Amino acid sequence: MTYKRGVDQLPIPPADARVQNVTCDFCIVGCGYKAYSWDLNRQGGMAPGENAFGIDLAEQQWAESEAWYQPSMYNIVMQDGRPVHLVVKPDTDCVVNQGLNSVRGGRIAETRYSEQTGTMTDRLTHPQVWRYSQHMPTSWDDALSLVADVTRRVIEEWGEDGVIVSAFDHGGAAGGYENTWGTGKLYFDAMKIRNIRIHNRPAYNSEVHATRDMGMGELNNCYEDAELADTIFCVGANPLENQTNYFLAHWVPNLRGTSLGKKEEQLPGEPHAPAKVIFVDPRRTVSVNVCEIEAGAENVLHLAIKPGTDLVLLNALMTEIVDKGWHAADFIAAHTSGFDEALAANRTSIEDAAGITGLDPEDIRKAARWIAEPKEGGALRRTMMAYEKGLIWGNDNYRTNAAIANLCFATHSVGRPGTGCVRLGGHQEGYVRPPDGHVGRPAAYVDQLLINGEGGVHHVWATDHFKSTLNAEEFRRVYRRRTNIVKEAMEAIPYGDREAQVEAIVNAIRRGGLFAVDVDILPTPIGDCCHVVLPAATAGEMNLTSMNGERRLRLTEKYMDAPGAALPDCIIAARLANHLEASFRAAGNDAYADQFKGFDWQTEEDAFMDGYHQHAGGGEHVTYDRLRAMGTNGVQEPCAGVEDGKLVSTQRLYTDGVFGTDDGKAHFMASEWRGLQAKGRAEQREKYPFLINNGRKNMIWQNAFYDVRTPFVRERFPVPPIEMSPDDMADLGLEAGDLVEVWNDVGSTQAMVYPIATARRGECFMLFSSPLGQVGNVISEHTNELMIPNYKNVWANIRRIGRAPQADGISFKTPEYPADA
Amino acid sequence: MSKCDRLVDLGRRQFLRGSAAAGVGAAATVVATPKRAEARARVEYPSNRLANVADLAVDEPLDISYPDDDSPGVLIKLGKAVPGGAGPDGDIVAYSVMCPHKGYFLNYHAADRTLNCPGHYSRFDVELEGQQIFGMSNQSLPMFELRVDASGDIFAEGVDELIYGRTNNVLGG
Repeated sequence: MTYKRGVDQLPIPPADARVQNVTCDFCIVGCGYKAYSWDLNRQGGMAPGENAFGIDLAEQQWAESEAWYQPSMYNIVMQDGRPVHLVVKPDTDCVVNQGLNSVRGGRIAETRYSEQTGTMTDRLTHPQVWRYSQHMPTSWDDALSLVADVTRRVIEEWGEDGVIVSAFDHGGAAGGYENTWGTGKLYFDAMKIRNIRIHNRPAYNSEVHATRDMGMGELNNCYEDAELADTIFCVGANPLENQTNYFLAHWVPNLRGTSLGKKEEQLPGEPHAPAKVIFVDPRRTVSVNVCEIEAGAENVLHLAIKPGTDLVLLNALMTEIVDKGWHAADFIAAHTSGFDEALAANRTSIEDAAGITGLDPEDIRKAARWIAEPKEGGALRRTMMAYEKGLIWGNDNYRTNAAIANLCFATHSVGRPGTGCVRLGGHQEGYVRPPDGHVGRPAAYVDQLLINGEGGVHHVWATDHFKSTLNAEEFRRVYRRRTNIVKEAMEAIPYGDREAQVEAIVNAIRRGGLFAVDVDILPTPIGDCCHVVLPAATAGEMNLTSMNGERRLRLTEKYMDAPGAALPDCIIAARLANHLEASFRAAGNDAYADQFKGFDWQTEEDAFMDGYHQHAGGGEHVTYDRLRAMGTNGVQEPCAGVEDGKLVSTQRLYTDGVFGTDDGKAHFMASEWRGLQAKGRAEQREKYPFLINNGRKNMIWQNAFYDVRTPFVRERFPVPPIEMSPDDMADLGLEAGDLVEVWNDVGSTQAMVYPIATARRGECFMLFSSPLGQVGNVISEHTNELMIPNYKNVWANIRRIGRAPQADGISFKTPEYPADA
Repeated sequence: MSKCDRLVDLGRRQFLRGSAAAGVGAAATVVATPKRAEARARVEYPSNRLANVADLAVDEPLDISYPDDDSPGVLIKLGKAVPGGAGPDGDIVAYSVMCPHKGYFLNYHAADRTLNCPGHYSRFDVELEGQQIFGMSNQSLPMFELRVDASGDIFAEGVDELIYGRTNNVLGG
């Protein structure tokens, strides 16, 4: 049964509807939207003068209408204590998305809290504490003072290493500059917490340490570069599904050739053609499919490597390019160091690479030509290099990241229009925090610390290990046991006797227990284990700033009330700091209490001015008022100043050839191949028949926290899909929609079979981070030397359990656009 | 220029021509009965004759429009009973052909019985009530509710989702 809303008309925003700037809550692209809100008792009209769009709504609107909004873009919400109509629709004036919405961003309105329409009514609305054997609603002061008292006792007995923190470090909803600063100031300035990890990995570390060590930040170009490139070289990424409107609005014009005019105008004096595109991915994705549709198959090269062998290919490409004399010798001489040494260390022949990657040697040579063969007349090619989780969360993260940066420097593919060596990104970014050097490198492996019984108190900010860690089954088992020890201790003492409560909790911690605090917008599986649950506001319920994949900073304005007593994370952090100060002072430790001064923020703008404005590069120019005036186009960081009242952007980094190293030169790095790096994976590959590659799907955002509550999505993917070759399915006696168990020596999980005709035998692809079948259960705990997981190269077995719920109402046709349509 | 570019351009030209889009309205008789409805309530639909069962052959889609000439659609006989299918064999379905993402005209792909958007690659399964298989829209494809009378005449009498480009499925309603 296909879900239908049964909505066939929508309220109309009147001409004087309130209009505010919104950047999408979700992915890195950060599409621009506008929020229209108006009083519940009013209606706009069909006539052009009666509605906010100024057009005749009694007439059919045609393709790409600026005025159309679908039911998922509408809701009724509270604003300043009164119910209002809300429409959140894509902004045609935003240069990022140009009026497009992805399937994720198109449901911003529908995923708001509404007691009127019933959407997201299980949002956390009030603080809760564990008492009388369940989570009970309480006041902020009661909940925070308990957290502060327990945290103080843990610090007194075990030091700050007894405090374990899991916290977002990204932008967009559940992040942003205000909130990363709030948590950062608490844990890195007031305290010096070392045992901290990030939302999607078990330690506090960069996913792209190598490129940073080599002097290049990972977001160094602008989205227009995808329109100007001669070649796009895409490694371990699937932009149509994961950076949708970046792909649609900026890659596709170059593939179609409709950006040729822009190329000729901006880059005169060299020949131009529609883009060629190279994908490095074991899997044929819909991105490959659509590039073939748009550019013609002859302009698309899909290098379907053996999983985990990216590094070999990258080293071979660099070797071939240099041997052909196609490298950027002048740039290398003037602006880099370590070229000869890295080349010697990484030298890899095409034939050797073909043997390891499984590729045709001629395809590797073709890729080298497309990347670096000079254009007619001798001009350097303009190649944009893009990578994401296939590389980041694949085999041997640090070296493979170095290898693509080497290739970039060798071809001068950064700092020139039409180039860039960039990660495509997951979330938006929004990181501004005090120095984190005390965390150390390698950083502590937090999940393993928790499994090993370490730590006394765990502060969890919008993070759910249960869905998104590796070795997840063991983590959940231990975490439940440890937090239950504390729950049982709490239940034995009347809650109102605070002194006895805290004593009981500390005693339970001494026996291996863990006291846990969860800050989130919705109930989560890890939150079920926690003893205090605190309700956070999300984007739109607070003013929030973030930047996208081209460093474009925008302000999402507050357009509705947060549910109940929910607060912005930065304000929760400030109030927790206030309570910690009070708790330490009451205990007679004034010196420690004084560390928590400077948290007198009343609003998120206070946190922004304390954090971003004072500490971000170019932040001194940026205020809420100025950002508001810049609308959904904002400013590209670092902000270079203010002219005529407008913030001035930095479009690209490294245009002057000066890099982020001590000597200003880009550093090449030796990055030799050493096989499957994570311990035990090579043996696992031999032992189990199926690769369980994993990642995102177009329809689902992050760990599906909204999607499991959204019928349109839930009915299509009631449990996480696993894509399989029909031949493998036949061998196992599986039908589309069967529920299967995926199991290996690490653990087991479940998924729903989705046949994909182009899937290679023995290579499956499963949705990552689902609450209803965590692929992390079958991923072993081993990481690289900097605690970066290899989530991708995992092998397991598959067996049928039964039919997936609702499977008979799901279409299992191919997602690929037909070549002959 | 790829085939797809041409399709997109064709779509744009058709939209510029609005209700004069090629093939639209061939078998439709518009009997609109507009009536203002309150927000969130369902609008009242006309009962329009689209075609007769005898006009249809399996997998040969017929251009129609519903609930008025400006809302192009397609009527398809699938040759096997499907959810929501009408007629003696339960195999006749009708859908809007404006993509409920950005309004591009969808192409019918008989080989796998899907409607496909050349604008942004969304795909809809005509054998499963227009379910979006992949794509950018937050709703599946609007399906026209059909009734077939004793003479084989096929009438459309309702729509289960908002049609692209409208705030009300019955214009002026």
